[in-house]
Amino acid sequence: MLVIKDLHVSVDGKEILKGLSLTINAGEVHAIMGPNGAGKSTLSNVIAGRDGYEVTSGSLTYKGEDLLAMKPEERAWAGVFLAFQYPVEIPGVNNTYLLKAGVNAKRKYQGLDELDAFDFMSVVKEKAKLVELDTSFLTRSVNEGFSGGEKKRNEIFQMAVLDPDLALLDETDSGLDIDALRIVAGGVNKLRSADRAIVMITHYQRLLDYIEPDFVHVLADGEIQKTGDKSLALKLEEHGYDWVKENL
Amino acid sequence: MATNEEIQEHLGEREYEAGFVTDIESETLPPGLSEDVIRHISAIKQEPEWMLDWRLEAYRHWLTMEEPTWAAVDYAPTDYQSISYYSAPKSKDDGPESLDEVDPELLKTYEKLGIPLREQEFLAGVTNVAVDAVFDSVSVATTFKSKLTEAGVIFCPISEAIIEYPELVKQYLGSVVPPKDNFFAALNCAVFTDGSFVYIPKGVRCPMELSTYFRINALNTGQFERTLIIADEGAYVSYLEGCTAPMRDENQLHAAVVELVILADAEVKYATVQNWYPGDENGVGGIYNFVTKRADCRGNRAKVSWTQVETGSAITWKYPSCILQGDDSAGKFFSVAVTTNCQQADTGTKMIHLGKNTKSTIISKGISAGRAQQSYRGLVRMGKNAEHARNYTQCDSLLLGDKCGAHTFPYVEVKNPTATLEHEATTSKIGDDQLFYCQQRGLSEEGAVNMIVNGFCKDVFDELPMEFAVEANRLMEISLEGSVG
Repeated sequence: MLVIKDLHVSVDGKEILKGLSLTINAGEVHAIMGPNGAGKSTLSNVIAGRDGYEVTSGSLTYKGEDLLAMKPEERAWAGVFLAFQYPVEIPGVNNTYLLKAGVNAKRKYQGLDELDAFDFMSVVKEKAKLVELDTSFLTRSVNEGFSGGEKKRNEIFQMAVLDPDLALLDETDSGLDIDALRIVAGGVNKLRSADRAIVMITHYQRLLDYIEPDFVHVLADGEIQKTGDKSLALKLEEHGYDWVKENL
Repeated sequence: MATNEEIQEHLGEREYEAGFVTDIESETLPPGLSEDVIRHISAIKQEPEWMLDWRLEAYRHWLTMEEPTWAAVDYAPTDYQSISYYSAPKSKDDGPESLDEVDPELLKTYEKLGIPLREQEFLAGVTNVAVDAVFDSVSVATTFKSKLTEAGVIFCPISEAIIEYPELVKQYLGSVVPPKDNFFAALNCAVFTDGSFVYIPKGVRCPMELSTYFRINALNTGQFERTLIIADEGAYVSYLEGCTAPMRDENQLHAAVVELVILADAEVKYATVQNWYPGDENGVGGIYNFVTKRADCRGNRAKVSWTQVETGSAITWKYPSCILQGDDSAGKFFSVAVTTNCQQADTGTKMIHLGKNTKSTIISKGISAGRAQQSYRGLVRMGKNAEHARNYTQCDSLLLGDKCGAHTFPYVEVKNPTATLEHEATTSKIGDDQLFYCQQRGLSEEGAVNMIVNGFCKDVFDELPMEFAVEANRLMEISLEGSVG
């Protein structure tokens, strides 16, 4: 689904990703772990198309197409979803209204009829249950006045409604207490499918107890240093990131 | 993704949809202002002697006044002798009895503007708004008269009211905005040609929304409309006002006066969607909108709200105000002002608390783009008898790009120690992170800007009647059109 080859990315002239390569197939769940400043968030932002990241060389191919040639919204329509590390507040904009605009833009791109308010609401109510989101959230302004945990649940709720093919979860576990983590992880697990790839970016092994990955990658110094299965995450937890560097 | 700079660049490309000119024969007075011109206008209108005297007195006082310069706007001095003070569609000589007698060209104009003048639409259930349409200097059509008459409501051109209801007009005209109030108000008193008159009798709730649309069509013409609304004790009315003008290279002057009289337990809601031609991206042409709007809550528990959406005009000078005389009376001001290109707006409100337990709320949202300059200017005055008066003021400014400006001038005068005032102000930019978030959810950049701006204005749009809320949303979208890089 996503093939990243020798990706070099700079931010403000400083090289953050230094030749990263990674292949992600449908149905797989990947966890990307690594120390602060390793380039984890840079990777997810570049895939989603955020401004301010300069790709100096390498390629990003998504479903056979050059992702770098697509605008952020085109990537969204093609099925790329990013659950934000810091979900943005948009005062006065109704949560459901934003989501409906997004869903219908995607449907238009796919050549489908737009959903009317009635059909849309029935989808929304069903998906809200996935992350045990109270329906009062639907009519509130986007992320405004949400607690940290509510914001993250809202991200996974949006993911459920937008039904992406490639979901990037950027530190979705940070700032969550144990109960909220269980709810969010439960939602993600229900969204696992053979057609969908999920990439989780996290600092902590804890998340992987709830969402079991097929692959664990260690990202440090702008490159994937090591790839393994779930046991790699446990070793990391035990020995720290320096252990990876020492074992290179 | 486009930067803020790109966005503002594209904002410059907004097109003015109402910019067409209607080809219609009209009777226009030659430019110039003198007592003779005023006599002429009064004669055309077949006004009684007292009205002419009133106008001449205002004119003589106006001659002694100076144009105000305190507003934060910059423009070349207006030559008041180069403006024509009267223009009317020719076929209007006898005044239309029904819509069938209105020039079809005019009806087409209003159709283009999306204004429902046709009563049939009401019968078909399309709309529930009575409309008075003012084209250049005269009112051309007032709809739903019979239904309103049944309820005892008077809704007619003010020129007609002067003849038909002289006692009401004499009693209230100039009682809220006196002829000597300010330079532009005095000019308006001297030369106003039409506008709307509304009287809601005691205890009557007006059965429908009332609406007036103003349109400046003729070249080099000023529009000086005068609106007078009286809500007698316990009455209620919701009133909408819309404005457009063709695109012209010359600046056109619009100096209106709106007076609202609200007696005990009555309520008036007054909403404006102002979309006068703003001039082109270089600041050529556009309407000078110098307007005096004031409401007087004369009785106890009287309530008034001003809601305005201002997207047009080259220069806006406008401060809809509330005089809260009655005890427990309440005034509200909700405003969204959008300035792009070279537009300048100095707008705000005055809340004059005189009665006990009077309350006022001010919510002002300013959006600036291009090289536009916008100022909020507000006065809150608590008189010495205004026991326990309260005011809440919130001024938010949103900037698109780095060449525009937002300024806030709050004035506060408190003479009663029991009064409470709150003032909040914010200035923000549309964040790249907000745009990216919306785009990641599938919105185009333009859609994202619209959504964020509409969200910013939500507190005000919520106050608009349904029909106008849709129009306001659409206007904002047009104003921000082409914002995608």
